[in-house]
Amino acid sequence: MASLLHEIQHHSVTIDAPLPLDSGQALPSVTVAYQSHGTLNADRSNAVLVCHALTGDQYVASDHPATGKPGWWARMVGPGKPVDTDRYFVICANVLGSCMGSSGPASPDAATGAPLGMAFPVITIGDMVRAQAMLLDHLGIARLHAVIGGSMGGMQTLAWASAHPDRLASAIVIASAARHSAQNIAFHEVGRQAIMADPDWQGGQYYGSDRAPTKGLAVARMAAHITYLSEAGLTEKFGRRLQARDAKSFGFDADFQVESYLRHQGLAFTDRFDANAYLYITRAMDYFDLAEPHGGTLAGAFTRAKDVRFTLVSFDTDWLYPTAESRRVVQALQSVGAAASFVELSAPFGHDSFLLDVPALDRLVAGALANGG
Amino acid sequence: MALRPDLAIIAAAVPVGTRVLDIGCGDGTLIAALRERQVDARGLEIDAANVTAAIARGQSVVQGDANRDLGDYPDDAFDYAILSQTLQTTERPDRIVGELLRIAPRAFVSFPNFAHWRVRLALLWGGRMPVTRLLPVAWYETPNIHHVTVSDFRDLLRSRGIAVERAWFLSGDRPASDAAASWRAEHAIFLISRG
Repeated sequence: MASLLHEIQHHSVTIDAPLPLDSGQALPSVTVAYQSHGTLNADRSNAVLVCHALTGDQYVASDHPATGKPGWWARMVGPGKPVDTDRYFVICANVLGSCMGSSGPASPDAATGAPLGMAFPVITIGDMVRAQAMLLDHLGIARLHAVIGGSMGGMQTLAWASAHPDRLASAIVIASAARHSAQNIAFHEVGRQAIMADPDWQGGQYYGSDRAPTKGLAVARMAAHITYLSEAGLTEKFGRRLQARDAKSFGFDADFQVESYLRHQGLAFTDRFDANAYLYITRAMDYFDLAEPHGGTLAGAFTRAKDVRFTLVSFDTDWLYPTAESRRVVQALQSVGAAASFVELSAPFGHDSFLLDVPALDRLVAGALANGG
Repeated sequence: MALRPDLAIIAAAVPVGTRVLDIGCGDGTLIAALRERQVDARGLEIDAANVTAAIARGQSVVQGDANRDLGDYPDDAFDYAILSQTLQTTERPDRIVGELLRIAPRAFVSFPNFAHWRVRLALLWGGRMPVTRLLPVAWYETPNIHHVTVSDFRDLLRSRGIAVERAWFLSGDRPASDAAASWRAEHAIFLISRG
């Protein structure tokens, strides 16, 4: 499957300048695949950068080339939508390390032309932001009207405000955190071990072969998918209902609807995502701790960001990045005197609420964007 | 929309260009009035629907509880703190007043005066907890857990060495005199400072 995925053509730029990485290594050049919507105005002041989540991509408002499904945030981004493409020039770039056209583990080695696999350096959220900044330089956009993202996109948004506070007016951070908790890391490690335990992973060098670690990647997705939903949501959707049968099979088929659902989610995921990219991006998230370079004091990350307007939103059923993590960011922002807004919205969908129908979120995003200008 | 009379007094008394925190800001009505006057006004509000409405209006408002979350603001983060119609609902009004004057050198505090003659009469003749225009809820469901009078508040300020810079008293929507405030004021607004 991975080979099909890598045959898709994406709109991208290759920037022929080294990208220094947090690990101390550097990429000699970087390719960034991106999509844009709307029109950049004459004074280049209406650009909004949308940052995608772990398994997201640049197809925020346009159909996904592998699945044909509408963009992952089509309900939020578009003409007349909260992120209004009639007003804003919206850019969404595939993150560094991913598999939808930006530099990542499937990229060719400059010397041999063979896919890098695990020779691709380990990257961080900060490195993703650095690559995005290079894209904006390339596009001639010095300053963004806003950066917005949910989940890992929110981490990038926070990292943007910390690293380039003079390059954005407004930061909108949804269902996110300024660090990965032990529990977050633990779930990711389960996913990575599932991939690496799949014999078809082949040490990451599966690109040329006819085998790819789809089983491992599917299990990783199944485990992660549970963390995106709420317990109440799962109960409501599936309960203990059986899948297309009247009685338990006393076997290990997908007796329960929830099993069948997860298996489907896992398998479908392998059509649109690369296992190595999953390893690299989960690693980047696990390494994320915005306070770490500031002696463990989160406020230190924002001392230069006093003039950025922050809006943070959490969801009451999100146990992956719970409200306390957003509050921690808000406290840090308040301690440096930054203008911060925060609200915990009530929504039944768990962490996935940021992607789903939550009308209050739409109003918040529209208001926060208008406020930044 | 016309501002509530106590909010109109506060809005007019905040100097242009200052930084203000409105604690218990509701849906941001006072913040909107202050921002029209080039005041950098932000808010703290406990109700998510109100916070959402304020952010949707483009305001900077944080969802939080005045009883617990004022500690997140550093000393002197603002020029003015505003606590309107909220003091009597807090768990420890004395500590809240202390917090107001920690995060800002000056604060506006407004509250319904529990010594207003209607309240006194209701208690004296009716023998029941008063239900009035400004205190419209029965004792068992009122959020007002610390009823306070103009004299009580003055005593608290005196005991803490807090100065009164100005005070306004309202009877209905009309001003009442300082001398008669204890009886005549339905509503009191104090501008206090660290003294």
